[in-house]
Amino acid sequence: MSAETTATDWPLFEVFIRSRSGLEHKHVGSVHAADARMAIEHARDVYTRRQEGVSIWVARSADIVASDPAEADALFEPARDKVYRHPTFYAIPDEVKNL
Amino acid sequence: MYTQALDSHGREPVPAEEAAAAAARFQARIDAEEKIEPKDWMPEAYRQTLIRQISQHAHSEIVGMLPEGNWITRAPTLRRKAVLIAKVQDEGGHGMYLYSAAETLGIERAQMFTQLLSGAAKYSSIFNYPTLTWADVGAIGWLVDGAAIMNQIPICRCSYGPYARAMVRICKEESFHQRQGFEIMLTLARGSAAQRAMAQDALDRWWWPSIMMFGPPDADSRHSAQSMRWKIKRFSNDELRQKFIDVTVPQAQFLELAIPDPLLRWDEALQHFAIGPIDWNEFQAVLKGNGPCNRERLEARRAAYEAGAWVREAAAAHAARQAARGAEVSAA
Repeated sequence: MSAETTATDWPLFEVFIRSRSGLEHKHVGSVHAADARMAIEHARDVYTRRQEGVSIWVARSADIVASDPAEADALFEPARDKVYRHPTFYAIPDEVKNL
Repeated sequence: MYTQALDSHGREPVPAEEAAAAAARFQARIDAEEKIEPKDWMPEAYRQTLIRQISQHAHSEIVGMLPEGNWITRAPTLRRKAVLIAKVQDEGGHGMYLYSAAETLGIERAQMFTQLLSGAAKYSSIFNYPTLTWADVGAIGWLVDGAAIMNQIPICRCSYGPYARAMVRICKEESFHQRQGFEIMLTLARGSAAQRAMAQDALDRWWWPSIMMFGPPDADSRHSAQSMRWKIKRFSNDELRQKFIDVTVPQAQFLELAIPDPLLRWDEALQHFAIGPIDWNEFQAVLKGNGPCNRERLEARRAAYEAGAWVREAAAAHAARQAARGAEVSAA
């Protein structure tokens, strides 16, 4: 059977959907497609059968660079002790208004 | 995005105590209900278990299109036909979500297709039964999708993020499948004597195979204990089976159809329905490839794959030519 010897995949694309106007695109999954146009069409068929989207982005999975989970501490730990970046860090008397 | 970094995972020689410490850290994350994501470290056995389970699940969705697809051209009304097409399209979509989730673990989709087409991979035993009448479409939606929902809802909380997220999407869509099936059964059960008989016949043939969908009894289930520890599985086969029986028997009573089990009774002490013995020989025979339609199903998938070869080739050629044109334009 030819399938056993010749099966190869089209490139993998990651799919991002904007669910409504005004919201950001969000990652939903991936599709295989010969090119970007086909990736959009496949994403439409696979991820928006119930009007889940008003806009689709696709990007070749190979082009996405992701942070390494092993480096998560080095990347994100420095923000942990900087609570003064949040407004609730500052004590303001109750009688002061509009602040 | 996923596969490049995976090649090194679990394949470099790691000192034993380091491996044990990594496994302990991993289990601690699982115990704390953290989700595991594609690039996180995971034990090789966890990865292989998920690849096996998610790909089998995907294959089941794809093969599952066949028994119902058999009735699309003969659906009794335009409404039923539109609904059935939508349902079969959903099953295809569910297969795609799941293949996509499995690929995050480092297996290629082509490899999974090859495993399905060669007969090496398993899929749910239920799809090896034939759909002989229109009532079978109703029974499948009601019972088979009902059993699938029972199985799948706990997987929405699976420890592996991409699988859990795919299941959330799938479960949202399955609910319509079950309801449209019950509606078909209700219509037939309230119809003419011939229609009632057709509904009863479908229930007679689909009841036991649906009960078997939950897999072998807990005592014989090879993968269960480890899958529970890893929170891939949340309930045992027998627990889920019992839940399904408890919700489904009253639905059959509402339809005034008889469950084909003379030993079925309400157990007052246990507050559960008790059923007669399950014919596990039948289950094993179907799994081994000797169900009524195993060969037909695989032949249909292979024929579809081979008949689609020219489309895949043409699309690849078109993409290559467009890319070459794009390169010419930007070079000019």
